[in-house]
Amino acid sequence: MDFGSINPVVLLASLMVASTPILLAALGEMVVEKSGVLNLGVEGMMITGAVCGFIVAVESGSPTLGFIAAALGGMALSMVFALLTQVFLTTQVPAGLALTLMGVGLASLLGQNYQGLKPPPVTDLNIPGLDHIPVIGPILFQHDMIVYVSLLSIAGVWAFLKYSRAGLILRAVGENHSAAHALGYPVRMVRIVAIGFGGAMAGLGGAYISLIRVPQWTDGITAGYGWIALAIVVFASWKAWRILIGAYLFGGITVLQLNLQAAGAKVPVELLSMSPFLATIVVLVVISARRHGASNAPAMLGRIFHASH
Amino acid sequence: MIKFVKRPEPSKAWTIATPILAVILTMILGGVLFALMGKDPFAAIRTIFWDPLFNDQFAAYSRPQLLVKAAPLILIAIGLSLGFKAGIWNIGAEGQYIMGALAGAAVGLAFYPTDAWWIFPLMVIAGGIGGFLWAMIPAILKTRFNTNEILVSLMLVYIAEQLLASAALSWLRNPEGNGFPGSRNLSQIPAMSNPELIAGTGTHWGVVAAFAAVVAAYVLINKHMLGFQIRLTGESPRAARFAGVKDKLLVLFCLGTAGVLSGLAGLFEVTGPAGQISIDFGAGYGFTAIIVAFLGRLHPVGILLAGLLLALTFIGGELAQFMLGLPSASIQVFQGMLLMTLLGMDIFVNYRLMVVKKEAL
Repeated sequence: MDFGSINPVVLLASLMVASTPILLAALGEMVVEKSGVLNLGVEGMMITGAVCGFIVAVESGSPTLGFIAAALGGMALSMVFALLTQVFLTTQVPAGLALTLMGVGLASLLGQNYQGLKPPPVTDLNIPGLDHIPVIGPILFQHDMIVYVSLLSIAGVWAFLKYSRAGLILRAVGENHSAAHALGYPVRMVRIVAIGFGGAMAGLGGAYISLIRVPQWTDGITAGYGWIALAIVVFASWKAWRILIGAYLFGGITVLQLNLQAAGAKVPVELLSMSPFLATIVVLVVISARRHGASNAPAMLGRIFHASH
Repeated sequence: MIKFVKRPEPSKAWTIATPILAVILTMILGGVLFALMGKDPFAAIRTIFWDPLFNDQFAAYSRPQLLVKAAPLILIAIGLSLGFKAGIWNIGAEGQYIMGALAGAAVGLAFYPTDAWWIFPLMVIAGGIGGFLWAMIPAILKTRFNTNEILVSLMLVYIAEQLLASAALSWLRNPEGNGFPGSRNLSQIPAMSNPELIAGTGTHWGVVAAFAAVVAAYVLINKHMLGFQIRLTGESPRAARFAGVKDKLLVLFCLGTAGVLSGLAGLFEVTGPAGQISIDFGAGYGFTAIIVAFLGRLHPVGILLAGLLLALTFIGGELAQFMLGLPSASIQVFQGMLLMTLLGMDIFVNYRLMVVKKEAL
């Protein structure tokens, strides 16, 4: 085995690329869960975003339009979930599963004529002055637009939830929807908006995989990233900054195992490929085993709200 | 203004009517989808739902397939329904199905080329145990550490798929297979095969097991204390705890049963219709069974009917792919839509639609 072929600078730079899709999807889902809604359809919304973004980027030649379409596609699918859970008062767990089952099928249907095509390349946005710093430059400042957007959105969501009035209302709805309703806040509307945001973020994350990370379209391209994103929300104890840590941790494992595969490590390929999922289980156990691990979950998570008056 | 008012008790009539209405609505929505894809919607619906059973040309082949495809769906869905009733969300049946097949095939092949009557029963037991142990991982993590069983059981699907790949490529690979991936063909080894029991019907041991599971689940839910406790836990976890229901034991029981049944489904599949361990052995029955469980209203008889219907969509979907060039993914969308319309209509079971005059504030 040749560990020498693994360059730590390249490894860390590609870690940021590998983490971005999970980061975006997990951050979106965290906002949804903060409003008291558990949407298990992340994988479905991600893959729908991946295919919408890919198709639009290929047809228009513009990756930017692709990302916009991906966000809209993820959001459109999430509105089906919103309709089911907020209007028809469906139990959220099966509704989310239905969303994933349907999203995966829909994506495969839409993308069948796009297999093997190459999307337009996304240019890196090197930050002038910073991108040539040795070591740190290539790791942090020579990335595409979306990497920076994802980092900014972490800060944005954190500030929104902590300092803005709307963020306070969103948290109130997630902690006690009856009280929020009694105070006159539009519980349903808040949740629908949150679900839409989650869908858009998942869609963006999906398109990041199909347009930048891979970049091409194949069936099942999101390969469980949406589910890992759900686990990261738990890992992060519903805190925005911890989403960053969680996503980068899993991005790191993914990149490391891919590099080990490429370097021909004497470990079965299958064991390496399953390592992100194994690590997710271990992390979930560690988090839940701590005495107050789950107590940070929004109190209304997964509960149906029906205003009787 | 239209308002939903909660019913004191779920409506019995709507409970039975909604799955049927959901199927009809999905056919309409599916027809729209097929029309958008430039296919004749009526031909597509007929090819999926009618031709496999009644077309002179295809029925002889597809009718037996109905039981072949329905058996694993029903077996898995029966197991899942127990947990779903109690609010325990095992969505990793696909992984338990794969592990059952792997465990059973491994035990059988360990005795190759012995020819004895006890090998197949031993494989069945191993298959059940394989699925059981795989389901015990989320179950024990849930009871011991309160870890979310949804995520753990789902993660284990991806891990099981990797184990399946490594089995097909290395440790269960057929040494006489000229280097091709995949195990020996179990269905061609008399001591390990799960043959068609009644010629021309598709009935194999898995079908027998599926019917037995339906009966057993019916008795359990309706006549047994445990079934009552499962229902009580689902409806009111607090009340269940006061009534002395041991909730941890219930988690182990529901996940364990689902694991055994999924494992058996995998074993009967690998020794019969699939024939061998191969990389693409996991065909998604574990996920489709979730739809079957809900469409069957978590009721054993309902699941039996829903399993047959979903099996029909698989067979009809293949036929439509062959006859009309309908992409196979459209059947997946169709199945997803079915679950969605059903869930959406659930509101009529629990709520009453009332037209009320807008009150003065």
